[in-house]
Amino acid sequence: MTRRLPRKDAVIVGLGWTGSIMALELARSGLDVVAIERGPWRDTATDFNIGTAPDELRYAVRHDIFLRTRQETLTMRNNSSQTALPIRRWGSFLPGNGVGGAGSHWNGQTWRFLPDDFRLRSHMVERYGEGIMPEGHQIQDWPMSYDELEPFYDKFEYVAGISGKAGNIKGQVQPGGNPFEGARERDYPTPPMKQGYSQELFTKAAKEMGLHPFPRPSANLSAAYTNPYGCSMAPCTYCGFCERFGCSNYSKSSPQTCVLPALVREPNFEARTECEVTKVQLSRDGKTATGVVYVDANGEEWEQPADLVLLCAYGLFNVRLMLLSGIGKPYDASTGEGVVGRNYAYQTGSGATAFFDNVNFNPFAAAGSLGAALDDYNSDNFDHGPHGFVGGASITNAYTNGRPIQYRPTPRGTPNWGSAWKKAVRETYQRVTNVGAQGSVMSYRANYLDLDPTYKDQLGRPLMRMTFDFQPNEIKMANWMAERCEAIAKAMGAKTTQINRLNTPWNVVPYQSTHNTGGTVAGTDPKTSVLNRYLQSWDVPNVFVMGASTFPQNAGYNPTGTVGALTYWALDAIQKKYLKSPGALVQQ
Amino acid sequence: MSAIVKTTRTGQARGLRSLLALGLLAVGGPALADSDNYVEIMRGRALATAGDCVACHTAPGGTPFAGGLALQTPFGAIMTPNLTPDIATGIGSWSADDFARAMHEGKRPNGTRLYPAFPYPSYTKVTRADADAIYAYLRSLEPVSNTVNRNTLPFPFNIRASMGVWNGLFFTAGEFKPDPAKSEEYNRGGYLVEGLGHCGVCHTPMNALGANKSDHHLEGGVVDNWTAPNITNDAQAGLGKWTVDEVVQYLKVGQARGVLASGPMKDVVENSTSKMADADLKAMAVYLKTRGAAGSPAPGALAANDSRMKIGEAIFVDTCAACHVRSGEGIPHVFPKLAGATIATQDDPASLIHIVITGGQGAATATHPTAPAMPSFGFRLSDEQIAAVVTYVRNSWGNAAAPVTADAVKAIRGKVSGAAD
Repeated sequence: MTRRLPRKDAVIVGLGWTGSIMALELARSGLDVVAIERGPWRDTATDFNIGTAPDELRYAVRHDIFLRTRQETLTMRNNSSQTALPIRRWGSFLPGNGVGGAGSHWNGQTWRFLPDDFRLRSHMVERYGEGIMPEGHQIQDWPMSYDELEPFYDKFEYVAGISGKAGNIKGQVQPGGNPFEGARERDYPTPPMKQGYSQELFTKAAKEMGLHPFPRPSANLSAAYTNPYGCSMAPCTYCGFCERFGCSNYSKSSPQTCVLPALVREPNFEARTECEVTKVQLSRDGKTATGVVYVDANGEEWEQPADLVLLCAYGLFNVRLMLLSGIGKPYDASTGEGVVGRNYAYQTGSGATAFFDNVNFNPFAAAGSLGAALDDYNSDNFDHGPHGFVGGASITNAYTNGRPIQYRPTPRGTPNWGSAWKKAVRETYQRVTNVGAQGSVMSYRANYLDLDPTYKDQLGRPLMRMTFDFQPNEIKMANWMAERCEAIAKAMGAKTTQINRLNTPWNVVPYQSTHNTGGTVAGTDPKTSVLNRYLQSWDVPNVFVMGASTFPQNAGYNPTGTVGALTYWALDAIQKKYLKSPGALVQQ
Repeated sequence: MSAIVKTTRTGQARGLRSLLALGLLAVGGPALADSDNYVEIMRGRALATAGDCVACHTAPGGTPFAGGLALQTPFGAIMTPNLTPDIATGIGSWSADDFARAMHEGKRPNGTRLYPAFPYPSYTKVTRADADAIYAYLRSLEPVSNTVNRNTLPFPFNIRASMGVWNGLFFTAGEFKPDPAKSEEYNRGGYLVEGLGHCGVCHTPMNALGANKSDHHLEGGVVDNWTAPNITNDAQAGLGKWTVDEVVQYLKVGQARGVLASGPMKDVVENSTSKMADADLKAMAVYLKTRGAAGSPAPGALAANDSRMKIGEAIFVDTCAACHVRSGEGIPHVFPKLAGATIATQDDPASLIHIVITGGQGAATATHPTAPAMPSFGFRLSDEQIAAVVTYVRNSWGNAAAPVTADAVKAIRGKVSGAAD
């Protein structure tokens, strides 16, 4: 029997970056807020003890702080002619679990998308004509502009204490920064991280090629910092245990370091952990959410009534919760109708590996976001006319880690074991670097998320099915980028290089990127979007959805900076408009 | 859908509202104060905050002031009583005179004696008017029925009458006597430090019978295996190098001079001093800066090539330097500065040993909510290793203090356990 709890003003599903920011700000607005998180509570010193936190086997290999596939998994296929099968072990992407979510185990690259990214379709058609758009695409403009988001990017960066070098302050290009970035009001809160020798070579070579390298923006802090919430952080020690790990040194921006210390002091906030929300409860006419239903660790089911429901889980799980709750019309790939699950997108990875003589790159002195990057080939920063593809990539030279189990680079063709392998590992470890391209993926009619017809979770609910493959536009783009990367690697002085093309079909096994986007897209037209420009459900206006599931298509950057900016953007609308007059903020 | 009700929830408004609600309840029950006492109740609340009454009179996870905390003393655990106005189990039947007698004489209404774990030797200095205000505040609380076992001490300490003898030896009743030659601020500080603040209970060493050694007043003590440091103006181990403003800042936010309040002082800052008026904190600082300036002379630091120092240094570099920094400078607001930290140079190294074994957490206050924590290292460092690293910290970067033995570590390890708290 489902037991009904006393009403709250707002219920938040998931307590990662977006959920914790929403909870803090709404609690401070005077609302009674409860956050429901299916994973455990996680706290820096007790859960990420420096004596055990850098345990590669436990965290990176055995996925200690990730979602258990027994809790929730996906079924996957490359195209709709195939039968999807459940993922039994996370590979291509790594969903987080517990308080802090993926925000506690991320690498920390914190980008702003480029102004053109927000009106990609309009911009490309204006510049190149309709003919450049790839076959089967569903590329859409975002429902808000870069300029509208700028103050909220700024807010998130100052909460997270991001280390970087501005490239454009109020329209003035800044030496040493990214000249392609949108105008920002002020510089980053903390200076860029110290770069390594490999990045020195990259920066020099790129400049000589007429490109525009800069230190990439980082949530691994370069300096001690106290954010506007009063939360304090310490400088990064370059230990190289970021992605897949919690940071024990209070050096990586996360909900734990940046938001939760302030949030837990709010008397009208409550967190319920190890409680899984199973659906959003709707009124009889389906036009209003009345709260959520969740199951606690004892298997007891509870109904939590609330006036405002905020879906702040990982993007993929927000999509599934919308589908399971019947909010918005599910996308049907055969007709192209419906919206929930539409425009799922991912990212490409390609590049070149560079082998040197007589260098010591010291890859163990690393950090998740340490590195130099360039944006000359991202978005529409270059003329796409001669190339016949849409999209682009940020190009980076970086060491995220030199960890002993999984960082064992060897040249292609080396045996996988034995003395020849050992010899190659020994020779390569200090002398190899990588120039990588993280590329955009457009949205297509053929790539989508829906409920699986066969497989169910432990609570009997259908799993979500992912249908995805790289399309010809992305393959072309990624492989062209790989050649640009190889040219830079050669200019750095590599003795030999090895080009890394995009592997197709997309394979769920090797790690690629946790940057899944789309499924609950924000837009201006209810026929092609689930949410309006304030990330509010068109169909159920007291439901808002945060996270990268709101992106109409993906860009050539890591998503967290934009996810943070969108959260503050939606929050602003909730505080200034919605709470004064609850209802649809955009009329259909 | 129903509209979301926007409420203004400042702390003050909340406090006021709950008090008004209690005022209404009072019509039906004599145990509750009536709302006409608002000013008196607010004054009492501030005084109870300065006395940190809530810290001892609240069980873990229990209702504030309802008692039931097992207070550890060298003689056994004493369960703290219920201070809510419940007639059967709290102070509901107490008169203001009864309450004042407990504060000033250490006696319950029936004449039985309280143990000095309740710091009546300090509270005797509180004025009757202030005791009455605290009484008025406690009477405004909602009564909670919570029966507490008040007889947990083993023989012979369970004989309360023996406290009469103890009092004869160690207790002097009487309100605080201001020094007319000193400033009003100094006297206010003295009243708070020596009276309600009962700073000396922890920060003064105890004799074998559990009484503070009056000839070493505020020169540091040990409480629950933590060192309560010397808080006189002694330059080596005390507050000599601290300015009045730094002392105020430490009490207000739990951090100053790169030092973070932790251990039992974390609770004092969070419950009590961070909520006190700045003027009161300044008065306390002014008073403390006049106490016992002449301490023992600074010893010489151990030589860097001493084998204990070399082992300690190696452990420090591997285990501690990522946070506290190779130079011992720490990181502002997050990792305490060890160079020049008086906790490192106390005669008694208990706090350093304790925190290496169990870890610990800094105080969280409204302006500095982070409460950074140090994890425990007891699970992987041996007694010898802890002794070496603590010796190294006590004798590096300008610090100088006696070396620590593995036996000293072993003794503390036997008494502390658990993860960071």
